[in-house]
Amino acid sequence: MPSLDDYAPVVGRSTIEELRDVVKPLSGRRVVMVNSTRLGGGVAEILQRMVPLLNELGLRVRWDVIEGSEPFFVVTKKFHNALHGKTEAITSEMFDVFLEVGRRNAERMDLDADIVFLHDPQPIALVEQRGRHRESRWIWRCHIDVSRPNQLVWNFLTPFILQFDAAVYSASAFAQQLAMRQLLIAPSIDPLSDKNRELSPEEVAAVLRRLDVPQDRPIITQISRFDYLKDPLGVIEAFRRVRRSVKCRLVLAGGTASDDPEGEEVLSRVREQAKGNPEIHLLLLPPDSHVEINALQRASTVVVQKSLKEGFGLTVSEALWKARPVVASAVGGIPLQVKHGYSGLLVHSVEGAAHAIKQLLHYPEYATRLGENGREHVRHNFLLTRHLREYVLMFLTVGSAQEIFHLA
Amino acid sequence: MVPFRFFTSFTLQEATGLRAATIPQLVALLKKVPEGCLYYHTHYFLLTHHYLTPEPTNDFAYWISEVLKEEALGEQLASLDIMAHATLEGLRETLVSTIEAYLARTPTARMKFASEGEEFFFVKSLHVIMPTRYQASTLAECVDALSQIGIHSLYFHIFEARLRIGHPTNDFALWFEQWGLKELAERVATLDPYGQTLEALRSVLISLVRQELARHEIAHAEP
Repeated sequence: MPSLDDYAPVVGRSTIEELRDVVKPLSGRRVVMVNSTRLGGGVAEILQRMVPLLNELGLRVRWDVIEGSEPFFVVTKKFHNALHGKTEAITSEMFDVFLEVGRRNAERMDLDADIVFLHDPQPIALVEQRGRHRESRWIWRCHIDVSRPNQLVWNFLTPFILQFDAAVYSASAFAQQLAMRQLLIAPSIDPLSDKNRELSPEEVAAVLRRLDVPQDRPIITQISRFDYLKDPLGVIEAFRRVRRSVKCRLVLAGGTASDDPEGEEVLSRVREQAKGNPEIHLLLLPPDSHVEINALQRASTVVVQKSLKEGFGLTVSEALWKARPVVASAVGGIPLQVKHGYSGLLVHSVEGAAHAIKQLLHYPEYATRLGENGREHVRHNFLLTRHLREYVLMFLTVGSAQEIFHLA
Repeated sequence: MVPFRFFTSFTLQEATGLRAATIPQLVALLKKVPEGCLYYHTHYFLLTHHYLTPEPTNDFAYWISEVLKEEALGEQLASLDIMAHATLEGLRETLVSTIEAYLARTPTARMKFASEGEEFFFVKSLHVIMPTRYQASTLAECVDALSQIGIHSLYFHIFEARLRIGHPTNDFALWFEQWGLKELAERVATLDPYGQTLEALRSVLISLVRQELARHEIAHAEP
């Protein structure tokens, strides 16, 4: 696992020095992070890197995961979709299942810490325990797009949210008008992880051979879980439109997270649509396929993220970090990563996606410029070191209503 | 000479939950949002896009031009002379009067709507200010420090110190004034930092201080 100093060549020595300086007042503070899964999905991936580095900075950080039954994860997946605005039948029994699992976890979990940091709705009911830990500060980190939430689910969650000292969202569009401090902290990618580190052209070629994806023509790629909200069917349709005039291949690669029971159903619909087309490569990858994803992104001529809803869409930053030109939907946190015409192209429809992909295939110099700008944008705004700094700043200031804080 | 102590500042973004889908909604909110929102939307892009030449415009101009496609007003807002404003309240008045004057002569601009998710979301900046390990007691040390400080430190002393903290001009100009270097202080005070990237600004500052240093060396060398 890399240490902080290993990031200096990527982000600059002064960034690391500033981080070490700003964290000093937090030395020895105890933090407990809680989410719903250790593997699969962006949240677990960030915590795997974030927790050791926060510990290296002198905090004492533990990471715990709530234990839930299969019905609980079915319920939380429905909540997740409903919060994203998808129509879901929500019943009162679902709320009971949710609360019951929250209670059982509260009994077994050690929440004694200076800062209790809960991620997403799954563990949110644990905040009921804050009365037992009066000195603690509690933070709720919402990684999903709740800009147009199902009101039934949102109204159920609101009394929990209001018990926290701060709520954190990835983009300003997600915040509601609540009488509490609501911070905006974008997630990040780790430039030294297997998913993002440099790979030689030989390594890339070897991975693509192993995955049976020929590099004989331009490759268009979407990396994402097989999930309706990522619109893999829309990507296939956009590819078909592009393919009418440009010879190319489509790679749809991803997996399913352990807290996502819907993935299989989406995958079978995608298989049906792609059936009989040798130019569409469906790759169901296990959660630890980091080098494979890295190689696929590097081998791509265009990377697509045509999500209908997106918490943030870190795959966009991953592709930009590899200086790949990106075509992505203007949803969730994607417009933060892609400034249209500067660091990629933003689209709003299947037709728009097809048109933008064709533009990038036809004008490689333009595509290269967008990719290079994108890499710099990620270097300054979406790498792990910026994310670490903002968590540290939040820990320093949580519980205060001031706007300007002076550290000695 | 009293040494310069270099500080740095980091920004946290606070959501307000306030959003505008039209220009009239934007101007109505502009009249009442906290100063931290005005500062955030006219300055934070300088930090997030400081590597691009030319830089994108401030958030109000970008939204009006790119989302609402009201380019004439977008241009006006992009070219606002922020340096001419000593306070954020003054800047607020200019923003409001510029937009209201435009709406008065371009009534169709009232009809432009941002689609869902592309509204203007008001964000407020919170600041954590702390000393860095750099300080300077001589012009030579000042050049060294200027070349080593992080981009956030430079940003703090140039932009934040003046409009967010309320210093009469940027900190470098104040320091040079205190050191009795009036000419250098004036040149630094009249720099327009909004038209260049932060790295370009760093180079300009270093070059100005080096020139002053060279002038002093020549003066001392003369019999």
